[in-house]
Order: sequence, then structure tokens, then C-alpha cells
Amino acid sequence: MAATTVEPPRTPVREPERVPRRVGFSQTLGRLDVKLSPYLYISPFFLLFAVVGLFPLAYTAWVSVHDWHLLGGQGDFVGIQNYVDVVQQPRFLTALRNTFSIFLLSSVPQVIAAILIAAVLDANLRARTFWRMGVLLPYVVAPVAVSLIFSKVFADGAGVINEMLGLVGVDPVRWHADTLASHVAISSMVNFRWTGYNALIFLAAMQAIPRDLYEAAVIDGASRVRQFFSVTVPMLRPTIIFIVITATIGGLQIFDEPRMFDQFGLGGADRQWMTVTMYLYELGWGAQKSFGRAAAVAWILFLIIVAIGVVNFALSRRISSTGPSKGGRR
Amino acid sequence: MTSVPMIAQTAGAGAARAAARRRRVHPGVANRRPGVVTYVVLGLVLLLSVAPLYYAFLLASTDAGTIARNPIPSLIPDTQLFANIGRVLGSDIRFWEALGNSLVISGVTALSVVAFSTLAGFSFAKLRFRGRGPLLVFVIATMAVPSQLGIVPLFIVMAKLDWVGQLQAVIVPGMVTAFGVFWMTQYLEEALPYELVEAARVDGCSMIRTFWHVAMPAARPAAAMLALFTFVGSWTNFFWPFIVLGSTNPTLPVAVQLLQASYFKDYSLIMAGVLAATAPLVVVFAVAGRQLVSGIMQGAVKG
Repeated sequence: MAATTVEPPRTPVREPERVPRRVGFSQTLGRLDVKLSPYLYISPFFLLFAVVGLFPLAYTAWVSVHDWHLLGGQGDFVGIQNYVDVVQQPRFLTALRNTFSIFLLSSVPQVIAAILIAAVLDANLRARTFWRMGVLLPYVVAPVAVSLIFSKVFADGAGVINEMLGLVGVDPVRWHADTLASHVAISSMVNFRWTGYNALIFLAAMQAIPRDLYEAAVIDGASRVRQFFSVTVPMLRPTIIFIVITATIGGLQIFDEPRMFDQFGLGGADRQWMTVTMYLYELGWGAQKSFGRAAAVAWILFLIIVAIGVVNFALSRRISSTGPSKGGRR
Repeated sequence: MTSVPMIAQTAGAGAARAAARRRRVHPGVANRRPGVVTYVVLGLVLLLSVAPLYYAFLLASTDAGTIARNPIPSLIPDTQLFANIGRVLGSDIRFWEALGNSLVISGVTALSVVAFSTLAGFSFAKLRFRGRGPLLVFVIATMAVPSQLGIVPLFIVMAKLDWVGQLQAVIVPGMVTAFGVFWMTQYLEEALPYELVEAARVDGCSMIRTFWHVAMPAARPAAAMLALFTFVGSWTNFFWPFIVLGSTNPTLPVAVQLLQASYFKDYSLIMAGVLAATAPLVVVFAVAGRQLVSGIMQGAVKG
């Protein structure tokens, strides 16, 4: 959807070199200005990306095949030893499982809730801006702050949720001990912060749906619910794909929320909520101080994210070629 | 449907405005106000998004003993809020330093992202040069790169530069973003007519003057939104500042998380810290939340 907006200019800027006159110094300067300025203006991005984006990723591969200490620096070449060490660690597999579990628990309910909230916001409301700002408020609360609040809300003993469950006669949930319960709690932090944000993106997409589709549906006798599932949801498909892709890139790197879920920041006694990025941090900056292994973890996660991205992309191309491809977030 | 100018002539300007508003909301569909159920649902959603913050406020305005006795706090705030915030300010987390650092980092990052992105956006949207299309596609593609995974070498580089623990280690990597470039390109493509650029060129403006006097003014609304999003993103960022700055020269999120480690179980203190760190952005939100909403709806993405 992004690439389609890149179109060649319809009325190109006339370049002064077409004017057949004597070429003075100032004109040479002017021509250089026209030729070089466009590249000069976009160069900051490319320079910075090369230095802090591309180079680190490539260099990660280099570090990952060496014995490398946080303070000691580069050591011997060890080939794939770091990868072997990491993959054989049960903790790595635990971290991978936790990351995917938290990701699924935070992305699927979030997308569904965001679409439903957007559908409600799409009504012809009074005080529209007030409601829209209301759902966006959590976005300005830093993940660290959200996490500190929620780790108390989900406290095992004397937490609000457990106390309320107690009022209706449900046994307290061991949020910080049970694996799945801890994932639910951590996902709820992510959902708290991003659901409203995504709802606004969906809302914008909903408002771009041509209204005559609804009119046609009404004439065909479709109920409101039927309209929602047969018109709204299919027309939102490109937006859903977009949000799922961005959620994948961000969600698989999750660190802040699980890190703050207890005061130790290690992911629980059995590492039951330690994510891959937390594991990377522990390897590199924790007791081992092994940058080599941390880099190996980074590369594995990078490849996983790229693989999922490619699958996503292929899927979305198939979906958009079979379904309605129009939509977009405008 | 009757056209708006015609309504203006026959029924007056007020009726025309109302008709225009109706058309904008649901063109062609009956303009029905939603029922009570809709507002109840919205009220519940609003409650969910405010409740955690109010809960933090309640805990921050009482003391640890009361919290231990009543796990479900009374909905009426206690009176200890300022005492607790005072304890946060007096604690060893260097709150003021962290606030200053957060302001500097977020402010400088926002300014620089806007400046560089507008410049690049102007170039991509309105100037003609070889490789423009592929380069723009490249910019967009870099948004999918999980750059957080490059932290190990980035840290090595920062250590070589002797920047570990210094603000520029956080500022410099974020000085221009792919999202910013894409956002300004998209906006300027629509908002800046070619005629204006050409007119400035014909009048003898150099490229940079054309940018400054023609593109910058046209870009202002989008630039303000970009600044806002960058500021929020930078203020709430934790992972990289935590690693490269640490607790010796912290940003607010880095400082606040120290409370949990060093004052474990003193929830009124922790929550007071959470509130103090969140308050500046809530103020920004109260003033500019409307712009954030319309920014997202115009196509801002997570950046």
C-alpha cells in the first residue's frame, strides 16, 4: 500500500540547463545545486541508517562468530560455536516459547478489540474527539510505567485482580508463578497501551469504506451484524495486515513489560516469562557478559522476524489479490 | 443529495454548515445519532483506559500500610500524594537529572527528526533525480528492519566513541527515522503544489531557499504531528537508554524502574514515581491529544 503512493511527478521541475544561454559561473553553481541538492537532502537518513541500522546488523553476524566479552572485547574466532551453545540452552527455547506466546496473546485479542472499538467509534457520536482522545490516553504512558502499575494490579497476594476474583469466590491466580497466567498479565500491558491506538487506525480505514457498499447491503436486507462481517471486516483487510506486520516486528522484540513484571527483571524463578530480548540482554550484560552469544541470539531472532515478514508479505499479496485490495488508512 | 452551496443560498450559512458536517460523517446514509448502548460501551472502554492511571494515583496518595490493609483501594484519594512525590524527588534515583535528560533527549530528537525528515520529504516529493523511486522504496523497506537487534555492535561502537553514559548515545541514533521521511514525503506530495516550487525557482531561489521559504511553511501541520509522535516515542523509550545510559545518567523511565528495585513493596513511593514520570506527557496529551488523534487517523504508524 505504501509503494503505490510513489508516483513520478506529473509536471516535472524544468531544469535550467535547458535554457540555451551563455554559461557563467553562477549558472554552473545553479546547475550543481539542482543536480546535487536532492541527494544532499536525503543523505542524512541514508548515512544514519548505514551507521546505526545496517552496519550493526552486519557486525552482529561478525561478533556472533567470535568469542567476545563485554569488557575484554574481541577474542578468538569460534565459528558457529555461539549458535550451538545458545540453541542447546533450554532457556533459549523457553524464551522463544514465551515470546511467541506473549505475542499471540497480545496481538490477536488486541486486533479484535481494536476493530470492535473502532466500529463503536464510527457511529455518529456526540463529543467525538473526547472519545477518541479517551481511547488514546494509554499510548502516552511509558511501557515502564504501565508495567509497574500492572505488576501491582496482578500481584499474586493482595493484588486488585485477585482480590476481586476472591469477592466472586474464585481462587487467586498465581500471576507471577504460572507460566500462562504471567503471559496473560504481560500481554494485558501491551494491549492496554496499543488497543486504542490501533482502534484509531481502524477507524480511519472504516471511514474510507465507500458508503454505497453499505447501502447495497441494506437493500439486500443485511442486518447491522451481517454488514459488519460482510462489508466492514473484508474492507479492513489491508489495514489488518499492516497492523499485524508492525505488531510482529515490535512484539517479537518485547522487553520493557516482562522485564518490569517483578523486581528482579530476569523473567521469573523458572524464567517462565523471559523473552528472547531479555535473554539477549542477560547473555550480553548479565553474568556471562558474552557479546558473542548475545549477538548469536540477535541474529537468530532477526532471521525469525524476517522469515515471518516474508510469510506475511506472501500471504498478504495472495489475500489482496483475491479480496478487495482497496482501502488504506487515509 | 442537495449540494451544500445550494443549501447555503436557500436556507442560510448555518444550515449549510450542518449539511456539510452530515455529509462528511456519513455521506448518503441517514444521519442517526447512536443509542445509549453505544455510549455505555464507550464509557466502559474509557474506564479501562483511565482506571490503571487512577489506580496509580490512589496508591500514590496513600501509604504502604494502608495499601497492605486494603488491596482494593478506596476510590477517594488519600492526602499523601505530595509527601510521596517529595520522597521520590528526594530519593537517590536522581529524578531531576532524569527529567532534564528526558527533556533534552526527546526535544532534540523531535527537532532533528522533523528537520531532516522534512528536507528528505521535500526532495522525494517534489524534486526530480535519478533513483528516486527505488531509494524511496528502500526507505520504506528499512521500517521493517528490527534495528533493536543491532544493539550489541551499537554498544561496541558507543563504547569505542566513549559515549556510553552520555546523552548523545541515545540522541544520535534517532536523529532521522524512515517513518519520518515517509510521512513528510506523503504529506508534501499532496500539500505542496509544483507550481509553488517552480515559481520560487523562476524567481531565482536556490534549492535550499526554496525549501526554507516554500516547503517548510507548507509542511508545518505534518511537521508538528511528526514532532509530537517523535517526542512521545522518545520519552517512553526504555531499552536502549537503559543499556547505554544506565542508572548513572538516566532518562525518566530508567530512573523510575530503579524505584522498583530499591524500594520494593513501597508501592506508594513507586506509584508516585510512575505518576511524576507520566505527568509531563499527560499534560502534552491534554494540550495536543487532538493532533495525535488526527495524526494517527491520517496514517501515522508506530514509530
